[in-house]
Amino acid sequence: MIEANAIPAFVNRGSFIELNGRERAQALFDRGSWRELVGPFDGVESPWLPMQGVAPQFDDGCIVIKGKISGKPAVAISLEGAFQGGSIGEVSGAKMVAALDLATIDSRDGSPTAAILLLETGGVRLQEANLGLAAIAEVIASILELRQYAPVIIVIAGTVGCFGGMALAAGVSSYIVMTREARLGLNGPEVIEQESGKDEFDASDRALIWSIHGGEQRVGMGLADDLVEDSVDGIGSAVQHFVTAGKPAQHRSEQVGLYRRRIATLDASSQIDPLALREQWKSLNSKGRTR
Amino acid sequence: MTNAGRQEPELGEQMEHIEFEYPNAQRRMTNRAHVGVVGSGDLEVLFEPSERAGAYVSITTSVNGFRNAWKAVFDRFFSKFDGSARVQVNDAGATPGSVLLRLEQAVEVLGQ
Amino acid sequence: MEESQLERENAMSERIGLRGKAWFQALTGQNEARKGDPASVLTADAMIGDERALFLCVIPNPGGRFPCARDGQVGLEEGYTLAHRVREALNADKDKPKSQKRAIIAIIDVKSQAYGRREETAGLFLAAAASSDAYASARMAGHPVISFVVGHAFSGGFLTHGYQANRILALDDAGVTIHAMHKEAAARITRRSVEDLERLGQQIPPMSYNVHDYAKLGLLHQLLHVESPLEPNQSDVDKAKRAIIAAIVDARKGPPDLGVRRESRAAQKSRKAGIAARALMEHQWKKV
Repeated sequence: MIEANAIPAFVNRGSFIELNGRERAQALFDRGSWRELVGPFDGVESPWLPMQGVAPQFDDGCIVIKGKISGKPAVAISLEGAFQGGSIGEVSGAKMVAALDLATIDSRDGSPTAAILLLETGGVRLQEANLGLAAIAEVIASILELRQYAPVIIVIAGTVGCFGGMALAAGVSSYIVMTREARLGLNGPEVIEQESGKDEFDASDRALIWSIHGGEQRVGMGLADDLVEDSVDGIGSAVQHFVTAGKPAQHRSEQVGLYRRRIATLDASSQIDPLALREQWKSLNSKGRTR
Repeated sequence: MTNAGRQEPELGEQMEHIEFEYPNAQRRMTNRAHVGVVGSGDLEVLFEPSERAGAYVSITTSVNGFRNAWKAVFDRFFSKFDGSARVQVNDAGATPGSVLLRLEQAVEVLGQ
Repeated sequence: MEESQLERENAMSERIGLRGKAWFQALTGQNEARKGDPASVLTADAMIGDERALFLCVIPNPGGRFPCARDGQVGLEEGYTLAHRVREALNADKDKPKSQKRAIIAIIDVKSQAYGRREETAGLFLAAAASSDAYASARMAGHPVISFVVGHAFSGGFLTHGYQANRILALDDAGVTIHAMHKEAAARITRRSVEDLERLGQQIPPMSYNVHDYAKLGLLHQLLHVESPLEPNQSDVDKAKRAIIAAIVDARKGPPDLGVRRESRAAQKSRKAGIAARALMEHQWKKV
């Protein structure tokens, strides 16, 4: 809520989830090293929302901050989950793509620039439908370009989580950091219940939801990289760690052979027990050895 | 803003765009401020130094028919605030109390 | 006016996924999945013009292992199979000069992504990402990737299978819809009636379910009219092949990224705000 160039000390000890999208992005950077780009004062809003009687936001719900993390150039792209569910529209999508592409250009020119995507999003903004969907395809493409040169780090802290087309963006990235509260999946519980019925997924069953989509399960499955406590320091450290680590040896979305094997050995005759699947996949790791 | 709960606009209903001027707000400003998020029942406000003397308020709201309520809030605010500001608001149905709160937060930021 | 309404009614009563199979067979002469692949994913190397290309298509598979992926949805098996076959072509051609990297042609008629608990548990988002990655990696390596939308292209299904293409072609037909969410579900979520949504789509091109309005967004390379979209005749097939070949040639001439989607004349109009945001970002980036 308060725009300032320095985060007050009490915030640094506190919850990351309680910060808004802008504060979350700011919190990741070395003190005094950052600037917001195409921010609210530039007023680049959605042209489509007012046409439908929906109030726009001056930054279209996407905050881009460029600066240094652990002394290294980095850009953070943060979705404001409280605005239209963090959904991707024409402008918010374009900001994300542009920031990724500019980081790629700098990286190719000899200054590797990591990107941190803070994703609280349900995916496409339905009020902009096809422009939102097209933007997500372009985000995926731009992540794939950048990750060749610098790490693309996804942070999902909650409470919205990362769903819809943006879950593919998470899937092609270098690293995924999650809290326990956070969730990651292509389809959320409501949409599955709507399309396939309550027996398939009871959207009111919170334990079920977190047992499948929650941060602890995703990290336990090897589908995300780091489970972090909900604290500014904790998430900041995790991000610094991955910025410093650089590119991973192999990206998860390139491990097609491994995942084909895993899916082939899946017993689909009934619903799958999430904890059992964690164990099954641990014993079927990429080197084919039991750990 | 709304005095009751959130309202859904009818299809085809335009956003409401409201403007006010406060010519007595003459103090030159040097800072700017942005507060708030356009969540349901909430609003965001931008304060910037105005190019012309006086203060100029421009509100975009998804809830129509509350011009008088907005005027009452801003009349009250500018009875105490004398900065020559360009004020822009995006509103998704905040109550008058919430609006005043955001304006006060903005003043705090301007003072930093 | 009457004729197009009849067309629309016929299109709505059609089962999704049948056009995909019909066009795959018409273009490649083949109609079965490769050994070891699920029956829902048809892939084949076939000639188009003077060159060999890899064709891929996702179709319904009533006998599939996953109950939520039997009706033309893109699920776990589909995502990883597409990724596997595309990467196979990518690896096979990796030392070839760019002009000889085979074209990769996605034929698209998909209902959606698979909406199921098994899918979410086993990480469908990653299967979709893996396929998207494979298509994009092929494009980035210099393969011309062409998408040919012959029916439905929705949401996660299209992101997984087709939306990473250099060039997108679509049939000009009422049975062709490219969109983020089916009407009924979209209406429910945005708390409007389906009729309201359709009316909004007439004023707001990105929300429209009509492929002519999609074409206004500047993302489509070509809208192709054929006589018999459900069961293409020889003249339809020849026309489609010519269009695909032209798209391949055009793709080879251009850069391997998706920038062309912002540069078309239609895009400069429909995506003005996004283009302005990008230009401003470029300007401000240099100053930090």
